[in-house]
Amino acid sequence: MPVNYYIYLSVALFVIGLIGVLTRRNAIIIFMCIELMLNAVNLLLVAFSKMHHLKAAAGNAATTAGSEAQLFVFFSMVVAAAEVSVGLALIVMLYRNIHSVDVNFLNRLKY
Amino acid sequence: MNVLFLSAVWGVMMMFTGFLVKCKTKVRYIALTGMLLLVAASVADFAGFSVFNIKAPHMLFFDRFSLLFMIIVTATVLIYFLLSSRDMEKVGNYYSEYFALIFFVICGMGLISSFQSLLILFLGIEIISIPLYILAGTEKKNLKSNEAALKYFLMGAFSTGIMLLGITFLYGATGTFSTVFKLGPDTPPSALMIVGMLLLFFSMAFKASLVPFHFWTPDVYDGTPSVFTSFMATIVKAAVFIAFLKLFEESFGALHTKWQWIAAVITAATLIVGNITAVFQQSVKRMLAYSSIAQAGFMMLAVFALNTDGKEGLLLYAVAYSLATIGIFAVLAKMNDYTYSGFNGLARYEPLIAFSVTVFLLSLAGIPLTAGFLSKFYMLKAAMINGSGLWLIILAILMACVSIYYYFRVIQAMYFKEPELPQFSAHPSFRLGLIAVSALLILFGIFPNWILNWLYF
Repeated sequence: MPVNYYIYLSVALFVIGLIGVLTRRNAIIIFMCIELMLNAVNLLLVAFSKMHHLKAAAGNAATTAGSEAQLFVFFSMVVAAAEVSVGLALIVMLYRNIHSVDVNFLNRLKY
Repeated sequence: MNVLFLSAVWGVMMMFTGFLVKCKTKVRYIALTGMLLLVAASVADFAGFSVFNIKAPHMLFFDRFSLLFMIIVTATVLIYFLLSSRDMEKVGNYYSEYFALIFFVICGMGLISSFQSLLILFLGIEIISIPLYILAGTEKKNLKSNEAALKYFLMGAFSTGIMLLGITFLYGATGTFSTVFKLGPDTPPSALMIVGMLLLFFSMAFKASLVPFHFWTPDVYDGTPSVFTSFMATIVKAAVFIAFLKLFEESFGALHTKWQWIAAVITAATLIVGNITAVFQQSVKRMLAYSSIAQAGFMMLAVFALNTDGKEGLLLYAVAYSLATIGIFAVLAKMNDYTYSGFNGLARYEPLIAFSVTVFLLSLAGIPLTAGFLSKFYMLKAAMINGSGLWLIILAILMACVSIYYYFRVIQAMYFKEPELPQFSAHPSFRLGLIAVSALLILFGIFPNWILNWLYF
């Protein structure tokens, strides 16, 4: 399957996440949309890794080309997990104070 | 390499200190010792003496520029600790954890000033950002602090997503994460690469709070406890600019003419919006937040010009801007009233502090004989040598004139207004520290080569 399809799929997922971040008002849902963006990128990384591997393997069957992108995916998953732990803690902190996770609340500093 | 290891190890140690040592003074001394060791370690790094010698080819590359920047970072953080660590006690209950988070941020800055792989850039940016989200929300019962933390987190995670997509597109186009990739001499760069570069540009602009992407900045800087704002608005921002410059010099230097106009537009917008909006602020803290956007516009000139003068200037700018802003925030953190009238008549009852705040503000405004003047001069010189942005230089000078208005409002309040209730209590050593920092600013303003010569000799 050509890599183009993977690019379209990942960009579509990424844009769904992006639109979610921009339009939803619930902090948890915004957060899920950000995770969707990150995971769309992970999918694309794996697809590119396979693409570069196939390209290199055509000349040399024992190549390791493309493996670094798979490693990158692990790093980005770890970072996403760290971000989840901090982000959920912040949302819980907010919930304890105002009993809501609505981001419309985030406008006190403007006035 | 010393700095990377020692900062991470000392960060973990400070976390243990949190439940082993209850006395806050002792915790502060442990953190200060760690910071002193870090300064020594960064100097040792610079001198070529490294305890931990781990080869990380194509991942990390230490040149004089990045090592000198790490000396600047550690020295500035040491000054920040000396001036502000006492005020951190007032925020929340987790005194030593704050130091731990700051040590982790220093580790991240070590990574992003010496990366040679986009993986390290990504990790470094995240190691910087995640502790900062926590520091922004340290006042747990304060709704403003909550708001700042959540806003910073959502915006930061969002821009991380964009940065990751940019890195992925670049990987797809080049097949490597290394920042030094070969562009075909004749073949035009592929669409994938152009999009990746733009996404990286925008996400870095997000982190550096340049103008179309600056909306989070004033709110976050305003809501965060002042002691931590002074850290995240100064040293961290300078580090992000170092990474920005490094990335676009190494990876996209060959495409410079293609993206330069975007950098020019963003610089101009940042200068205009930052300075003009700062004029209308009523609170000094919010004014400083907008002024940090305005100063980011000046730093962006280095990325616009992309030459050696820009690199030198950025180092000097990092010193001048960080020292001055840290000093002002250290005073601000001791105030109860953040509006301009809070500074009324400060010169009457605290003449030394008022004098040093005046020096800081003069340096931020770029008045000659201060380091701020020379750093702005270097930036304009870099843009001049590049030769393609005369209008940008004129605009920058005009906007520097506008900035004098809002900086001098504070000076006017301190010297020409009647004091209300004196509400200021400072330790004598605090005054001494402020005077020392202002002396440093003036010294670097007269002898900038004390810093810049280290780049070459």
